[in-house]
Amino acid sequence: MTVSEICQSIDATLVCGEAERDFSGVYVGDLLSRAMSHVRADNIWITIMSNVNVVAVATLTEPAAIVLAENVSLQEDALASAIDNGVTVLRSPLSAYEICGILYRPTGET
Amino acid sequence: MSEILKFHFDIDGSDFSSAGAASVMVKKKLRQLSYDPEIIRKVSIAMYEGEINMVIHANGGTADVEIHDEEIIIILSDNGPGIADVELAMQEGYSTARDSIRNLGFGAGMGFPNMKKYTDHLQVDTALGVGTTVTMKVKL
Repeated sequence: MTVSEICQSIDATLVCGEAERDFSGVYVGDLLSRAMSHVRADNIWITIMSNVNVVAVATLTEPAAIVLAENVSLQEDALASAIDNGVTVLRSPLSAYEICGILYRPTGET
Repeated sequence: MSEILKFHFDIDGSDFSSAGAASVMVKKKLRQLSYDPEIIRKVSIAMYEGEINMVIHANGGTADVEIHDEEIIIILSDNGPGIADVELAMQEGYSTARDSIRNLGFGAGMGFPNMKKYTDHLQVDTALGVGTTVTMKVKL
């Protein structure tokens, strides 16, 4: 499934990057060291952190997209860094819990 | 490859917005050299945590990365306050990061645990008031 295919279901808008990328798996969390070791390449990473350090972690872990919950807006320097590093960012008015509820699939299902 | 590749970085301790930049550059270099994604992931995580630690606690420092035939060596050196209790610092969840830094998403207390978990060798040489050198090795 591609990132763009979930945009409608979680009411998300594309902030920057490439939405036609396939994703698999989701991680949710705001602590960067936790995210650093748990976000896998091609995941969706849901967070409410929106600073440039989030973009650095995403540049290293390569999620298919960061989804900013609760309509958090990406800080200006973070946006510039995300564009520079090809990090895809979405923004949704829903809470992390609601987004997880919509995206959730039991382990093993795709 | 028989030649050893070496990279040196000065880590700016005053700027949280550039924290992680050296790790990103190393990652891109390893990618160019077509290393296994799992190796790149391990090096990225371990080096990022070390780099962040130096910015949070030591006002920056230096990072040296050496790519050998058998392993990648990461040496992080600072002139910070040193670590009073290394064993405690190694515990998951233990952090001395300030609240202002926690608000940025740091301070999970996973820095050293991640460095240990994702490397094959971790050595911490530290002296109070002098500084800390962290040496990490990832086998290829």
